[in-house]
Amino acid sequence: MGNRTIVPFGPQHPVLPEPIHLDLVLEDERVIEAIPRIGYIHRGLEKLVEKKDYQQYVYVAERICGICSFMHGMGYCMSIESIMEVEIPERAKFLRTIWAELSRLHSHLLWLGLLADAFGFESLFMQSWKLREQILDIFEETTGGRVIFSVCEVGGVKKDISSETLNKMKEVLTAMEKELKEAAAVFLNDSTVKLRTKGVGVLSREAAFELGAVGPMARASGIEMDIRSQGYAAYNQLDFKPITDQGGDCYARTKVRIGELFQSIDLIRQCIAIIPDGEVKRKVTGNPKGEHFTRLEQPRGEVLYYAKANGTKFLDRVRVRTPTFANVPALLETLKNCSLADVPILILTIDPCISCTER
Amino acid sequence: MSVVKKSPWILHYDGTSCNGCDIEVLACLTPLYDVERFGIINTGNPKHADILLITGSVNEQNIPVVKQLYEQMPDPKAVVAVGICATSGGIFAECYNVVGGVGKVIPVDVYVPGCAARPESIIDGVVKALDILEVKRKKR
Ligand code: SF4
Repeated sequence: MGNRTIVPFGPQHPVLPEPIHLDLVLEDERVIEAIPRIGYIHRGLEKLVEKKDYQQYVYVAERICGICSFMHGMGYCMSIESIMEVEIPERAKFLRTIWAELSRLHSHLLWLGLLADAFGFESLFMQSWKLREQILDIFEETTGGRVIFSVCEVGGVKKDISSETLNKMKEVLTAMEKELKEAAAVFLNDSTVKLRTKGVGVLSREAAFELGAVGPMARASGIEMDIRSQGYAAYNQLDFKPITDQGGDCYARTKVRIGELFQSIDLIRQCIAIIPDGEVKRKVTGNPKGEHFTRLEQPRGEVLYYAKANGTKFLDRVRVRTPTFANVPALLETLKNCSLADVPILILTIDPCISCTER
Repeated sequence: MSVVKKSPWILHYDGTSCNGCDIEVLACLTPLYDVERFGIINTGNPKHADILLITGSVNEQNIPVVKQLYEQMPDPKAVVAVGICATSGGIFAECYNVVGGVGKVIPVDVYVPGCAARPESIIDGVVKALDILEVKRKKR
């Protein structure tokens, strides 16, 4: 048995912009155990429902996480709409799907960049983020915001996208697809990149299932689970099949996410082809009463929204189960017995979002 | 550019931000905005940093972390609070675990408004901080 040492990781660490603290128990270079300490970013968001009414809370929900901001707003709105039995207009459903898929694109590109940064491939990081800026430009043109849009509301969406803009979006995405392919080839075929990702942090199908992994983490271990196939919003009208891989290692997770980039572009194209005309929001009156669970697929995996309303304009309770929270047990499992140098990559491969986990 | 007296190194710490401002801080480094052309580098080590960029408000748990980072930075140093959260707590000001803006814990030199703060305004804030650094340097 070698020497045991404890190496603190975080809360301020160059690899992750977000604060999380891990005590890594090492034996020589091997990690024996990782003990997390959290709470650096806890705000107490869920309790804010008592101070902001159910329509104002959309803005709070959007700020649960700045990366999947749109989808948080959408999930919250969907659960309130279900409680109030509001059926949103068809066009709004498609617009929500388009923005949601664009969010997935920007989130996965962001993640690819951070991954490249974690294994020290600076120019690849820059390239991924450069591609991501094009998505942000689309956001800015269609919603006015780069990161937080505040475009979702209970009853639909606030803004419509004109058909010229939709067509332009299609062109931008087609042009981007080419550049994406080039970047993807580096991630998937470059031998130095493969050395850092292939066979690193293997999570078996059984382990992934037992530990309750979600999203790309589960799909890269061969579990075909994607809430989009349940057909919320406009997904029931699109041709969609989850992308999976059998590898279970960092390479497989990269591959799944890259596959999803192209899939998102395809889904947006399908949306643009069949989007119906009409209203984009329904007027919502009265207050919600009842409770509801909503599930939707975020870039990081399945998110659960629970809302309980009592018939006044303030809700009783909102609860969010975020994908990173579900993936933390799987992360701790993959960290066991890895080498210290792989820790940053392993942490990144679950695509952690501490901000939404701690709220 | 004669206004840039020195190439400032930046330390970024995420208080309780929602990530919105963080990714905009990171976006400043990337090709579209590319602050490295001014010699601005994002460092992970507080002992190398001139400017501390903080996003998000402070809570009970991260007060010691913020203080420690600030104390470890060599003088002269400047603090830039990015986003409305770091300024006052913003939309989360009423949350039970939010103490308030960063100014409650350490002295802040520049406040950058916005939710999320745009990369242009973040760069602007850093440039303002440069002048403040210069004044502080002369005073020593
Ligand atoms: S100011 Fe807005 S975008 Fe920035 S951290 Fe706060 S809530 Fe997020």
